[in-house]
Amino acid sequence: MSLLQTQGLTKTFAGLTAVEDVALRVAPGEVHALIGPNGAGKSTLVGMIAGRIEATRGQVVFDGRDVTALPAHKRIRMGLAYTFQITAIYARLSLADNIALALGSPDRGAARAALDRVGLTECEDQLAGDLSYGHQRLLEIAMGVAQSPRLLILDEPTQGLAESEIANFNRLIRELAGDTTILLIEHNMNVVMELAERITVLDMGRVLATGLPAEIQSDARVQAAYLGVSDAEA
Amino acid sequence: MEFGPHLMLAILEGAVGAAVLSLTALGLSLVFGVMRVVNVAHGEFFMLGAVLAWFVATALGGHPAVGFVAALVVAPLIAGVIAAAADWLILKRVEYDPEATIVATIGILYIMQQSALMLYGPEARPVEPPFNSRIALPWVEWGENGLALFYPWGFGTTTYKLFVIVAAAALLVAFWLFLTRSRFGLIMRATQLDRETALAFGIPVERVYALVFGLGAALAAFAAVLIVPISQAHYLMGGDPLLLSFIVVIIGGLGSIRGTILAALLIGLSDGIISVFFSPTLAKILATLLVALVLVFRPQGLFGKKPA
Amino acid sequence: MSETGKIWALHLALIAALIVAGLVLPAYHQGNLARILVLATYAVGYNLLFGYTGLLSLGHAMFFGAGMYGLGLAMQHGDVSALPAFVIGLICAAVLAAVVALLALRTIGVAFMIVTLMFAQSAFLTVLYFGEWTRGDEGFVLQQATRQIAGVDLSEPTNRYYAALILFSAALLITLKLVRARFGRVLVAIRENEERTRMLGYDCFRHKFLAVVLSGTLSGAAGAAYGLLFGYVGASFTGVQYSIFPLLWVLLGGAGTVIGPFVGALFMFYLIDYASGWTSAYMLIAGAVLVALTLFAPLGLMGELRKRWLRWLP
Repeated sequence: MSLLQTQGLTKTFAGLTAVEDVALRVAPGEVHALIGPNGAGKSTLVGMIAGRIEATRGQVVFDGRDVTALPAHKRIRMGLAYTFQITAIYARLSLADNIALALGSPDRGAARAALDRVGLTECEDQLAGDLSYGHQRLLEIAMGVAQSPRLLILDEPTQGLAESEIANFNRLIRELAGDTTILLIEHNMNVVMELAERITVLDMGRVLATGLPAEIQSDARVQAAYLGVSDAEA
Repeated sequence: MEFGPHLMLAILEGAVGAAVLSLTALGLSLVFGVMRVVNVAHGEFFMLGAVLAWFVATALGGHPAVGFVAALVVAPLIAGVIAAAADWLILKRVEYDPEATIVATIGILYIMQQSALMLYGPEARPVEPPFNSRIALPWVEWGENGLALFYPWGFGTTTYKLFVIVAAAALLVAFWLFLTRSRFGLIMRATQLDRETALAFGIPVERVYALVFGLGAALAAFAAVLIVPISQAHYLMGGDPLLLSFIVVIIGGLGSIRGTILAALLIGLSDGIISVFFSPTLAKILATLLVALVLVFRPQGLFGKKPA
Repeated sequence: MSETGKIWALHLALIAALIVAGLVLPAYHQGNLARILVLATYAVGYNLLFGYTGLLSLGHAMFFGAGMYGLGLAMQHGDVSALPAFVIGLICAAVLAAVVALLALRTIGVAFMIVTLMFAQSAFLTVLYFGEWTRGDEGFVLQQATRQIAGVDLSEPTNRYYAALILFSAALLITLKLVRARFGRVLVAIRENEERTRMLGYDCFRHKFLAVVLSGTLSGAAGAAYGLLFGYVGASFTGVQYSIFPLLWVLLGGAGTVIGPFVGALFMFYLIDYASGWTSAYMLIAGAVLVALTLFAPLGLMGELRKRWLRWLP
């Protein structure tokens, strides 16, 4: 039984197909990484899963229920959480207020705990907009975690984080794994290989391969489409 | 011979309105298109043009044509300079934030309107047209004895009204050529497409903005000088052109020049026609509601393409 | 004192000061202040939408007018007594606000401002069109004998002042309660970042809809009260100028502060009152203040105060 399942999920923008016929299965408790070159359609895909983007065709099933027609806020209330690729925090509100909105209650103790969990030591009365970029990313992750979701979707969470912060992030995800199912879009292959239990590779809007990290690493098509490219870049 | 001739007359009246409206709305559309700014004070630049026309004509005296031609040059120029200054001193400093810009231009609206009240007074004053002979209109109709020509049949128009239509059309064509052929037109369109890229290519975006804002105001002032010999100059006259220009720009699709001109013709003509045959208030209510609904359900305008 | 304590102390102190002011002020200023309190109620309603939800309406005069004409027409042509007529005014404003919300909330940003402006313009023209009933620009006067609730003559200056104060206090305390509750926090979240708020599981449309209806109803209450207390109903109260006024008061006093709308209305009223003493072009002041605010104090008086010294100000 999967917690999240998509069938034939497709999105076309003005005749251009961004995501085509994607079937994805995410099992409860697993850390599932979604990788692929830039423009492969990863953000569009999770956007459709979270309800930010309307699907042109296909189906999203969450927790055994077809949620394709459900607006985003209802999916979130079913236990889905989503963090943005481009940091989307409340810059003019305090850290405590940011977390309170994610928690749905103004409990300051809980807010402190949520901040501590991602390693944010700043005072909770500080304005979120005054944080460094990396720390804003951490706040974004903290807001996702604070919702205690069953499925946490993270869109490139480690972008802009320092090495030590990435290590911290990896530890956090390992703590969550098991209870929380995680769908992770990630470019940093070290993070992917360290965290992911299963990997789906997207290329030109289609699923190229799905499997265990070792299988993906040795898949010739994946290497050609993606890993090869990233090696060349490195 | 009842309905037909009156319709022709209504169309002619409508065409005068449409001519003036297309110039005014073009100014608003240009500013919105290039700068993404809604200039709520646009109608006041129209008023300024009319009031300046009166001042110029009165100061020069002599043959009405002298004052009129002078006003046609001076009024848009002064309105443009004032607008550019307002852009430079106010809008630039709030970084064209949409809300702040609207609030600031509302402020400018009141400042201009009330200054006109203080300096020009509450009276409505006419400006004499440079020429104004009546011309009777012919009407051809298929009657009992075949084709019949009625001339004159009682109503007519004036040479000045025809001149307004021709002058506005000429300016529109000139403006179109300016936009599509000239170097500044190219720079403006580049700025409209992408401000950042334009900056990267060394286009002085700030100065382009000030010029565009000035140009938009100058167009409104020019339109006002054309119409002031027919209507009159009054410090509160900016309201209607502002509302109508809004309507035109929305129907035409925000920021689309071609859509704006099409919509101005449509609305200018129908406004004239409707007000001849129906209660103007009811027509205005329906038109305003319709426009609001267009913006709600078809934000790209009636002539615009649906965005992807 | 705790933060909550300070907040309640401040707002109750304002109300207490206004109660005392009603006793000690000379008649002229008592009359002014009664008017200011009703207008401040209008501004409080406007602030809920503009200051807290971040939706800039350029058409709130239609809600003010709906309340005023709902009450006025019911009293004038329906022989309804003052209290039920006031309720009719509230219902008119609430229904109009709900309809406008359903349509206008489909748009965002500049389009929202223009759509509200257009709707208000249609409402204004509608008042003129039905001139037979509304008496158009000229308006109509409500008979003094009908302007009473439970035997209290609301045309008598002191009664009128305290009626206005009750209305304003209710609006002030309701807003204070609302913005400190979860509902108000979500409105602020929508103002700050709507997409983020949606993706935290909040139904943004429902919150914005309720904000428009509440804001419209409060504005309508002010309109109805204005008609009742000052005995005059006229088309100018539904015109563009009366849509701009609450924006001006709220900006001046501080958008998104509970007390700001009153401060703004108070300052602006006396500023215009003073200016109209030496020129008929007194709206020049309003224009200059609007420009100056956007340039030098975009947060308004109370907003700047909060930023610098009183972080706890709601």
